[in-house]
Amino acid sequence: MLPTSLGPWLDYTINGLVIGNIYALLAVGLALIFGVSHLINFAHGSVYMVGAYIGWLCVTQLALPLPVTFVVVAAGCGLLGVVIERVGLRPLREAPRIAPLLATIGLSVVMDQTAQLLFSPDPRAPPTQLPAWRIAVGGGSIGALDLLIAGVGVGSAALLYGFLRFTRLGWAVRATALDRDAARQCGVDVDKVNRTVFAIASALGGVSGLLVGMYYNTIDPNMGFQAGLKGIVAQLIGGVGNVPGAIAGSLLLGLIESYGIALFGTSYRNLFAFVALIVILVLRPNGLFARARRLPPEPLTGTFIAPSRPVVLPRWAVWGLAAAALALPLAVRQPYLLQTLGNAWLFALLALSLTLVAGTVGQVSLGHAGLLAIGAYASALLTLDAGVPVLLAVPLAGLVAATLGTALVYPAFRLRGHYVSIATLAVGEIVTLVILNWESLTRGPIGVTGIPPLAVAGTPLVSGQWVYWVPLVVLLALAAVQSRLLDSHLGRTLRAIREDDIAARSYGVELDRYKALAFAVAGFVAGIGGALMAHFYSYINHETFPAPVSMLALTMVILGGLGNVAGAVLGAAVLVGLPELFRAAAEYRMLIYGIVLLLLIRFRPQGLLGTV
Amino acid sequence: MTDALLRLDRVNSFYGPVQVHFDLSLEVGKGEIVCLLGGNASGKSTTMKIILGLLKPRSGQVSFDGRPLTGLATPQIVRRGIGSVPESRRLFATMTVRENVLMGAYTRDDRKAVVEDHERVLDLFPKLRERHAQQAGTLSGGEQQMVAMARALMGRPRLIVMDEPTMGLSPLHVDKVLELIGTINRQGVSVFMVEQNASLALRIAHRGYVLQTGRIVLSGPAADLARDPQIRDAYLGGTRAA
Repeated sequence: MLPTSLGPWLDYTINGLVIGNIYALLAVGLALIFGVSHLINFAHGSVYMVGAYIGWLCVTQLALPLPVTFVVVAAGCGLLGVVIERVGLRPLREAPRIAPLLATIGLSVVMDQTAQLLFSPDPRAPPTQLPAWRIAVGGGSIGALDLLIAGVGVGSAALLYGFLRFTRLGWAVRATALDRDAARQCGVDVDKVNRTVFAIASALGGVSGLLVGMYYNTIDPNMGFQAGLKGIVAQLIGGVGNVPGAIAGSLLLGLIESYGIALFGTSYRNLFAFVALIVILVLRPNGLFARARRLPPEPLTGTFIAPSRPVVLPRWAVWGLAAAALALPLAVRQPYLLQTLGNAWLFALLALSLTLVAGTVGQVSLGHAGLLAIGAYASALLTLDAGVPVLLAVPLAGLVAATLGTALVYPAFRLRGHYVSIATLAVGEIVTLVILNWESLTRGPIGVTGIPPLAVAGTPLVSGQWVYWVPLVVLLALAAVQSRLLDSHLGRTLRAIREDDIAARSYGVELDRYKALAFAVAGFVAGIGGALMAHFYSYINHETFPAPVSMLALTMVILGGLGNVAGAVLGAAVLVGLPELFRAAAEYRMLIYGIVLLLLIRFRPQGLLGTV
Repeated sequence: MTDALLRLDRVNSFYGPVQVHFDLSLEVGKGEIVCLLGGNASGKSTTMKIILGLLKPRSGQVSFDGRPLTGLATPQIVRRGIGSVPESRRLFATMTVRENVLMGAYTRDDRKAVVEDHERVLDLFPKLRERHAQQAGTLSGGEQQMVAMARALMGRPRLIVMDEPTMGLSPLHVDKVLELIGTINRQGVSVFMVEQNASLALRIAHRGYVLQTGRIVLSGPAADLARDPQIRDAYLGGTRAA
């Protein structure tokens, strides 16, 4: 439904620029932070969410006038930024670059979940405080809020420019971004610079959240995740660490989204951003405005969070544990317990998959839940729509996930470090969005119901023991295969890629082929996991495998020790099994995962089954 | 040498498991130009890092003006009065020449005196006056070296430490830089320079040390070192067959 007159297009343009301004407030902060500390701050979206809630509290509970609300939001979030820097990131200053990145993910989970506990997951509507007039402009119209947002955007940019250009601390920020050690040799206290930058970035992010709450008239505790990603996308479009580029990238992204929605519909909104991200990463990884196409090599390497060797379990112990696990249902008969552990084994398949790509090959994937989703939908749709028997559909789903997963991540193969994480995160989101929008195939938001259970000779395997045994047997088989694989020549090659891809390449290792192989194996394992989940759950939709599941998977493999097969299984058992067994209330679970992730990165980055 | 400005006393330093310095001791007196000579991997640049607090020694002590620098971070050490001209200049490439030079005065609050010092430094390096609005990264190597020296001077240091100040410069600029080091020194600033090119360094230095795989193997007045057969062989292109 293309609008034919010019008026609506003008409205879309205005809308795009307004949204772009909001993204810019986020992206500028991300660029500043990346500039001085070479860190992509995944917690930034959560600060934005906190800003929205502080604003909501100010207006509804304290009845503050709008200008005061702005000051309170900026100050509160600025302070939050200082705390994030001090508590979350400064202790990791000497750690490999991926550690603080993962820490920001942990911080983001903790903040989002805390907000959810404090304010409930339900959306809130901040009351409007602005007059409702609109000025007609050549067929379109501009409202008071549009002008306010534009004013805040331009005003912040001017203030920031003045700060960086004319103040001593601003110079120190620029100098630190250009050459940290040289800045220190001029007497610059780099910690103070970091703190300042986090404060400014977080204040801007908070204001952005406040504005977005006013603009859409709704806020919720999970609004930060998508917004943070948009900020990162906008920053990448402009070139990481480039402040003017971040502003231009944001406005561009706002326009792309606004026009895209005009052409395709609202549910596609986020798809544009993530597709744009992948395109940018592949074609111009330094951003639209950079001269060179080459990636800056230094800050983006170092994917491994700690040097560690897996603790080698003796063979008899492995067999013994496996046998004990298999025999468990003979002794334990509570269906609830067995079902919980069965679920843990299913997640262990996901962890097994992630530990191969993240641990062994060093490609820290943040979109691994997407592979589960592909496997689940493939198996469900094969059985329901194509009449394939369940026992055949499950391995086929593994193959589908292997193929699709590898193909989707393929463009990211030439990326390294942080960029791999961002690209895989985007791929995960794209999978969810395609499932949501491709209604003719996936049934869209309604989801897939009535997925048949696993059955052998007409007998459905639905009782407690089978729910436990089937995942366990599959898990043991695939874990055994993966262990053998890692002990072989192939495993050595994959580890060589992780340790030094340039050296590996100079020895004739074709990186793409081996990365593809690793992602294919990982996709197969996760796809089988997803397929089994579909047949056990009997109902799936696009929200069954959300982004937090990817974060959970990451926490599991780090807990067990990256790259460690037994560790992945242990991590899943601990993180999925224990909270359930201790009957921790479900709403605290994600919070616990976030805290566990943070503590691990800080105190035991090599995991439980890793030694330094 | 009772009034040593900088003193390293039995310093042992490591990169991970690899020991770089073995009981390294040296001194720079007030008003002196002292050079530290040595080949590749002798530990020269690491000595700079130790002095500036960029690397902490595992044992031994660094003191400046009679007070230990132990436990101080680099910015605090700089505030004590040590200016640094790092290896390959390390300018802030996209900041202007003026901004780079004034970054050297980052630690100072005496605005008026900073303006005066800026003028004085520009008199010393007239070339920088012409280039003040240009991005530092676009200058030639020699000009960049001058910016780095000007930047170090702006902190009103009592000691300037320089890492290979003549590396990569054209012969013309080498002479110019050496001359300027002499000028700076005559204005009362002590200089500690690390150099691979011994003949150049010994031309302007008062004293020198020779570092070999982390140990001082020779030291003395510059004139003596320049005559020492060992030095001639190893660093001055001596004629004896290796």
